[in-house]
Amino acid sequence: METFPVLLIAIPLGGAFLVPILCKAWDRLAEIVTGLCLAAVLALSIYLAFSLEAGKPLVYLFGNWPVPLGIAFAVDRLSAFMLLVVSILVFFSYIFAIRYMDHFTGSGKFYTLYLLMLVGMNGVVMTGDLFNMFVFMEIAGISSYALVAFGTEAEELEAGFKYMVMGEIASMMILLAIAFIYAATSTLNLADISRSFAAMDKTPGFWFVLILLMSGFSIKAALVPFHSWLPDAHPSAPAPISALLSGVFIKVLGVYAMARIFFNVYGVSRASYPAVFNALLILGLASIIIASLLALKQTDYKRLLAYSSISQIGYIVLALGIGNELALIGALAHILSHSLGKGLLFLTSGSVVYRVGERDITKFTGGLGKQMPWTSLSYNLGALSVAGMPPFLGFFSKLFIILGAVKAGFIVPAVVAGLFAVVTLGYLLKITNKVFWGKEGIKGIKESPFVMVFAMVSLVVLLVAGGAFFFWLKPHLLQPAADVLLKGTEYAEIVFRIGAGG
Amino acid sequence: MIILVASLILFLVGLYAIITKRNMIKVAVGFSLMEYSVNFLFAIVGFRPGALPPILQAVEVGKVYSDPLPQALVLTAIVIGLGVTAFMLSLILRLYNRIGSFDLEEIQRLKG
Amino acid sequence: MKGMTPIVKVVARIIGGFIFIYGCYIVLYGHLSPGGGFAGGAIIAAGLILARLAFGTTASQERSTLISSSIFESTGGLLFLLVGLLGLFVGGYFFINLFPSFGTPGRLVSAGSIPFSNIAIGIKVAAAILSIFVVLASTKYIFKE
Repeated sequence: METFPVLLIAIPLGGAFLVPILCKAWDRLAEIVTGLCLAAVLALSIYLAFSLEAGKPLVYLFGNWPVPLGIAFAVDRLSAFMLLVVSILVFFSYIFAIRYMDHFTGSGKFYTLYLLMLVGMNGVVMTGDLFNMFVFMEIAGISSYALVAFGTEAEELEAGFKYMVMGEIASMMILLAIAFIYAATSTLNLADISRSFAAMDKTPGFWFVLILLMSGFSIKAALVPFHSWLPDAHPSAPAPISALLSGVFIKVLGVYAMARIFFNVYGVSRASYPAVFNALLILGLASIIIASLLALKQTDYKRLLAYSSISQIGYIVLALGIGNELALIGALAHILSHSLGKGLLFLTSGSVVYRVGERDITKFTGGLGKQMPWTSLSYNLGALSVAGMPPFLGFFSKLFIILGAVKAGFIVPAVVAGLFAVVTLGYLLKITNKVFWGKEGIKGIKESPFVMVFAMVSLVVLLVAGGAFFFWLKPHLLQPAADVLLKGTEYAEIVFRIGAGG
Repeated sequence: MIILVASLILFLVGLYAIITKRNMIKVAVGFSLMEYSVNFLFAIVGFRPGALPPILQAVEVGKVYSDPLPQALVLTAIVIGLGVTAFMLSLILRLYNRIGSFDLEEIQRLKG
Repeated sequence: MKGMTPIVKVVARIIGGFIFIYGCYIVLYGHLSPGGGFAGGAIIAAGLILARLAFGTTASQERSTLISSSIFESTGGLLFLLVGLLGLFVGGYFFINLFPSFGTPGRLVSAGSIPFSNIAIGIKVAAAILSIFVVLASTKYIFKE
C-alpha cells in the first residue's frame, strides 16, 4: 500500500508511452493495454478508498526527500475518495469508447491522450505540492484540449480553441498566484505553506492571491460568470470524453483543487473567512439559477446536458460555501452522484449519436425508446438521479445539501436548491419527451452494440446501488472524506508528522 | 517593487491582447506575453543581491547563493508553455486550413 | 518543403554535425553545468530542423518522420519512467538516486542516475520538437483537407 500513489501515476503514464509504439504494430493492442492499465488503476483505487485509515494519510516522498524539501504525495481519505470517483468513470467511459471510437481514425492518439488525462487528474488529486499540482493540471488540461478538438471538424476545432483560451487564462492566473505564494513563503509544499499562512497578516496582497486562485479555479470549474467555454467544449468532444469532462474533469481541476487549497491550506472556516464562504455561496447560487434557465431553452442534446453540468457544479460549490458537516457530506455525495449520473447521460447521447447521427432534438420524432430500450432506460433513470429523485444516489446528495443549508440558517439557498431540482427534472425530461417517448420511431435503428449498453447499464446499477446502500457509504466513504475538509489546517500537522522523518 | 509592477503590467498586456484581438495568432502572442510575465516574476523571486550562482563545487560557509528552485520552476513553466503554444498554433493552422481565415469572428459557428 | 540555395546547403553540411555534437555535450554534461536534457534536446532538434530546411523533404518523408519521432518520443518517456521505477524497485523510493556516490563529484562519471534521466529527456525532447516543427511546417501536406 505504501507504493500505491506512485503506481497510480506510473501505470497510466507507462501505458500512455507504450500505446503509440504498440498501435503501430496492431490497433487493438493499444485498446488492450489501455484497458489493462485502467483496470489496474480501478483496482488500486477501490482498495485505497476503503482500506486507508482515517487521519493517517499515505505520504509518499519522491526520492526519499523529507517533507518540506522534496515533492511529496499526500493521499488522505478525500484524495482516495476522488481517486475512486475518477477511476470508476474513466473505466466505464473506456468500455463505451471501445466501440464508439470506430467512427474515428487514430485510436492510438486517442488512448494516449486518454491515459495522459487520467495521469493529470490522478496527480492533481494526490499531490501535496503546489507547483506539482499546477504541472499535473496542465498535463490533464492540454490532453483535454486535444481531445475536445479530436474530431477536427471546424466546430470542434473552434470549441477546442475557445476552451484552450479560457483554460490557459485560468492556468496563468493560478501560476501567478503560485509565484506570489512562493515569494511570500519560500516554499511550495502545501503543508508548509499552510504553516506560513497561519502566521501571516491578511494584507491586501494576501487577498489578491486568494482572489486570483478563486477566479482561476472558478474558470476551471465553469462557475457562472466564467462558464462560457463549457457549453461549446463539452458537446464537441467525442461522447466518452464529454462524459469524462463533465463527470470528473471540472470537479477535479476546479472543485477539488479549490476545496483542498482553501480548506486545508488557508484553513478557511465561516468564522475566520466569511467573505470567501459568501463568495462561494453566491457563485454556487448564480450557477444553479442561470445555467438551469439557460438549459431550458437548449435544443441540442449534448449542449443541454452541458448547461445542466454547470448548474450541478453550482450545487457542489453552494455546499462548500455553506461549509457545515451535513453540507460537505452532501457536496462529496453530489460529486459521486453527479459524476456517475452525468457521465451516464453523456454516454446515452453517444449511443444515440452512434445510431442516429443527429444531436438536434427538434429533428427527432420520438419513439426511440422502443428501438433502443436500454439506452432509453438508462437515460431516464440517469435523469431521475441527476434531478434528485428518490431512491437514487442523487436524491440523498441533494437532500444533504438542503439539510445543511437549513441547519446553517440559509433558508433562501435551501429553497432555491430544492426548487431548481424540479427545474432540472423539467429540462432533462424535455429530451425524454422529444427523443425516447412516442410511437413513431426512425426506421432501421437498432440498439447500440453490447459493450456500449454494458457501460451504460453498469453506471445505472451503480447509481441504484449507491442510493440503496447510501447509509453504508456515508460512514465508510463520505464521512472520512468530509472530515479531512472539516479539520482544516490539521492537514499540515498530520503531513509533517508522517513525512518529516524521511 | 518596480520590477514586480512591470511584470504585472506585462501580464495585463497579454490579457488585453487575448481579450480584444480578433486575429488568432495575436491571441497566441498574448499567451506568450502572459507566460513570460509569470516566468519573469519567478526569476525575480529567486534573486538575492550579490549572490553566487547556485552551483556547489565545495561547501563554502557564509556565502550567499541565489535560490535555485525558481529557476527549476521557470524551466518547467517554459516547457509547459512550449507545449501550450505549439498545440495552440497547430489548432490555429488546422482551423485556417478548414476556413481560410485567422479572424475569430469569421470562424464563429457555435452559439447559444 | 523545398530545399534552399547551394550556399545554405554547404553551410548546413558543415555546421549540422557540430550542432548535433554540441547538443549531445549539453545533454551528457547536464548534471555538471547549466543545460541538461531539455536544453540539449532542443539543440539536437535544431540541428535536425536545419538539415530538413536546407535540403528539403517530400510529403512521404514527412509522414515517416512523424512516425519515427513518435516512436523515439515514447521510448524516451519510457526510459525516463524506467529510471524512476528502478529507483522504486531497487532503492525503495520512486526516483531515488541509486548510486549517488559512484565516481568523483564534478567529473563526467558521477551523480548516479541523474545523467540517465537527462539522456532519456534529451531523446524525448529532440523527437518532440522535431515533430512539432514537422506538423507546423507542413500541415497542408499531412492533413489533406
